[in-house]
Amino acid sequence: MTPLLTVENLSIGFGDFEPVVRDVSFSLDPGETLALVGESGSGKTVTCRAVLRILPRNARIRSGHIALSCGGHVTDLTTLSERRMRDVRGNQVSMVFQEPMRSLSPLHRIGNQVSEVLWLHRHASESQARKTVLETFERVGFPDPERAYRSYPFELSGGMRQRAMIAMAMVAKPDLLIADEPTTALDVTTQAQVLGLIKELQQETGMGLILVTHDLGVVANMAEQVVVMHRGRVMEAGPATALLKAPAHPYTRQLFEAAPAIPDAAPCPQRPPERDLILDMKAVSKTYVLRGGPAWRPDIEVKACRGIDLHLPRGKTLAIVGESGSGKTTAARIALGAELPDPGGAVWFLPATGDPIAVHAMTRPQRMAFQREAQMVFQDPYSSLSPRMRVVDALTEPLEIHRIGTGAERRDRAAEMLRQVGLDADMLQRFPHAFSGGQRQRLSIARAMMLDPSLIVCDEPTSALDVSVQEQILSLLEDIRDRMNLSYLFISHDLAVVARIADEVAVMRQGLVVEQAPPEVLFHNPQHPYTKALIAAQPLADIDRPINLKLVALGAGSPESWPEAFRFSASVIPSLTEFEPGHKVRCHV
Amino acid sequence: MTRLPDGRFVDDAPYDPNESLHQIERRDLDAPNWLLIWRKFRQHKLGLISGIFLLLSYLMLPFAGFIAPYTPNERMSEHLYAPPQSVHLWHEGRFVGPYVYPTKSEPDLETFQWKIVPDTSRPMPLKFFCRGGSYRLAGLIPSKTHLFCAPEGATVFLWGSDRLGRDVFSRILYGAQLSLTVGLIGITVSFLLGISFGSIAGYFGGKIDWVINRVIEILRSLPELPLWLALSAAVPSNWGPVSVFFIISIILGILDWPGLARSVRAKFLSLREEEYVRAAEMMGASSGRVIRKHLLPNFMSHLIASATLSIPAMILGETALSFLGLGLRAPAVSWGVMLNDAQNLANVEIYWWTAIPMLPIIVVVLAFNFLGDGLRDSLDPYQS
Repeated sequence: MTPLLTVENLSIGFGDFEPVVRDVSFSLDPGETLALVGESGSGKTVTCRAVLRILPRNARIRSGHIALSCGGHVTDLTTLSERRMRDVRGNQVSMVFQEPMRSLSPLHRIGNQVSEVLWLHRHASESQARKTVLETFERVGFPDPERAYRSYPFELSGGMRQRAMIAMAMVAKPDLLIADEPTTALDVTTQAQVLGLIKELQQETGMGLILVTHDLGVVANMAEQVVVMHRGRVMEAGPATALLKAPAHPYTRQLFEAAPAIPDAAPCPQRPPERDLILDMKAVSKTYVLRGGPAWRPDIEVKACRGIDLHLPRGKTLAIVGESGSGKTTAARIALGAELPDPGGAVWFLPATGDPIAVHAMTRPQRMAFQREAQMVFQDPYSSLSPRMRVVDALTEPLEIHRIGTGAERRDRAAEMLRQVGLDADMLQRFPHAFSGGQRQRLSIARAMMLDPSLIVCDEPTSALDVSVQEQILSLLEDIRDRMNLSYLFISHDLAVVARIADEVAVMRQGLVVEQAPPEVLFHNPQHPYTKALIAAQPLADIDRPINLKLVALGAGSPESWPEAFRFSASVIPSLTEFEPGHKVRCHV
Repeated sequence: MTRLPDGRFVDDAPYDPNESLHQIERRDLDAPNWLLIWRKFRQHKLGLISGIFLLLSYLMLPFAGFIAPYTPNERMSEHLYAPPQSVHLWHEGRFVGPYVYPTKSEPDLETFQWKIVPDTSRPMPLKFFCRGGSYRLAGLIPSKTHLFCAPEGATVFLWGSDRLGRDVFSRILYGAQLSLTVGLIGITVSFLLGISFGSIAGYFGGKIDWVINRVIEILRSLPELPLWLALSAAVPSNWGPVSVFFIISIILGILDWPGLARSVRAKFLSLREEEYVRAAEMMGASSGRVIRKHLLPNFMSHLIASATLSIPAMILGETALSFLGLGLRAPAVSWGVMLNDAQNLANVEIYWWTAIPMLPIIVVVLAFNFLGDGLRDSLDPYQS
């Protein structure tokens, strides 16, 4: 059988610099799935964009061939004229991009954008195209295809937009689909559903699929062939089963070890409830008022958090897990006093010595004292350090604000902190933009540590990082916590990340804690359908444990669709009841 | 490379898993922001050339009196409306050095106009570092030395003379002193107002933001030209040229700040969401410190670019006012004042050189626009 796509000795470079992709070769049979795996900067996106020749302006294919075999004859995509190339794009080869928010035109209706493919390549009439598009919409799982056809991108959620992108890529029935991190920007449960959809569509149409991803879990669930790339070169390539079961190259092994895993179910020892708390949140709610629409309509109230009770014992880690919009970040901001809870809620910070501080009603001196004790590590390493400040200035700033020490003492402490987070002290004089994402996140952690706090709120500290870097940062956080007796409030959307670092996990959905337990209990004996869905949706780098889509669909839907015992609506909300000691579930008893 | 028995490809090159932690990934970005901007700006040829031109123009200002052969109000009643003279080097195949021909006015009995006829038989070399009319170097040091001046008995009107027999070239140089600085003073005023109001509106939001926004909208809805006219008509006519000049530039600045305040506010709103600003707030930094240390440095470059783009508007504004006779008044010299003389179309038709002051205006305004464009393009040096 002739392969569908053959890439031979492909090298790509920007301007006159060293090539960013060197001697990459792989081939893909029709109907097969090939996963291009690598971290950011490994050249995987550039490689797959080269297939469609949609490289950035200053990038050139230096050498190599890309051959597409289609209907019996082979075309060399590297030498094809731009005009003929346009017939290939969207027709024989189509692509799904990473950011569903940015890859649809905001000014056109979804239906028109998808139909355009058919007008261009099939010269279909408007009504024919409409019919085909509606069928495709139904196929990719839009509940109401007619409505989706008429809507604008901003009316759809991220998952729905990605479905629209997939519909656009699939509508012309291409021979090859290139999906560039199609699920990275989505929540875990949505990711599982989108991956399931892609797989189904592929089996139906028999197209080839190139899946670009940094997640070995996704690879294990989807791919038959794997190409592992690092710094523009192929490290290891071959059949997925063999590669995932026994990785041969040290880099693959490293990636594999770094992939977060859900611990094997094991019954956990009962722990006595902790008495020595550092943070105590009681009945915390937060309501935002949206003023929108006509003036005569009443304002819309959005309940970001509803009646949250969380207790963080000293020296422990409490994790809040939930999808975007579940209210986990709001809870963290309230815990740090950056926002005030609705009246009735209370947040108490209990320092090791001294009086407790009421975070919800702090005076200015109390706030200064509290800020020395509680710090935050942010999500995006690229925006959390000011590009104008040298590392030393960024690190010494907290001390400067609180007027601690002399200039020399501050610099010494900054150097000490850099060593603590695994960097070199000679990096003090550099600018943050010289560093990689992982290094910058270390700098961010070092800055949070400068004031010697006792509580650190980590707001998704690893979700913008590559898997292997994520693993290092988690180890670092654990290490620092044990060395300095810190307490963490850890916010994440990823259960597997939380599994290794947390002592207690609270799962949130729509502003409510739906289940709360130590991670061992949670993974061993999840009760709530949403928790079950989260666990089931987690792609694992284990080829024998595929995603269970049924469980995902059951729990990831709206709370109205949950089983009777867990269902909640606008008026009736079940209370959080103790299911077994240390394990709380929100259900009707 | 190695092929494993199950058909796998494995790379052989040595691999060190820990090397990346101690390595600087983007060595090229390890520099202060201004250096990165400069590196990128250097590639913008048009902007670079414009920048150099403007720099030279501004450096020339204190020495305008030295370069100009005449003083601005020196009249030569024999030579009204003299056409531009050229400077020659060779006379009848012989090198004489830079020289001019003396001129003589003759009445033309057919058209009844005075005609200026050069006497091509007598080359008269220019004098260098010679004594001429007195002026003050940089406005301070009195001096009489000029770079070059006309020989005894001849004139050197490079760009002709106007209706009172004053040298247009010298007046353009003197006019630059006012016309180019009016933009700078105006932009300083508008900068101060724009930054303070814009940052207050952007950082604090709420009621203050609302009030400032309404004020901006009201100011921007006033028709510009009549307002200028009204304001400059309010300047007492017995004030000296220098105070009129200051008032004019401050008026221009006061009317220009709303645009700047808006862009400052927009930038503030977007920067306030950056995590490093949030981080500083969580550390306990005061609002003043956040604005000073984090927000201002990060959008100063944007401000400089937008200021560069609004200086031309000020120069044009001064020119327009003076052209209408409401801005600077004689004996002050600015390009607008000079163009005031070119209001009469019939005059421009016959004595075209009286409209030459338009040239420097066009060139300077274009140069500022190119420079601003180049700066704006290189503002974000972190995108590869």
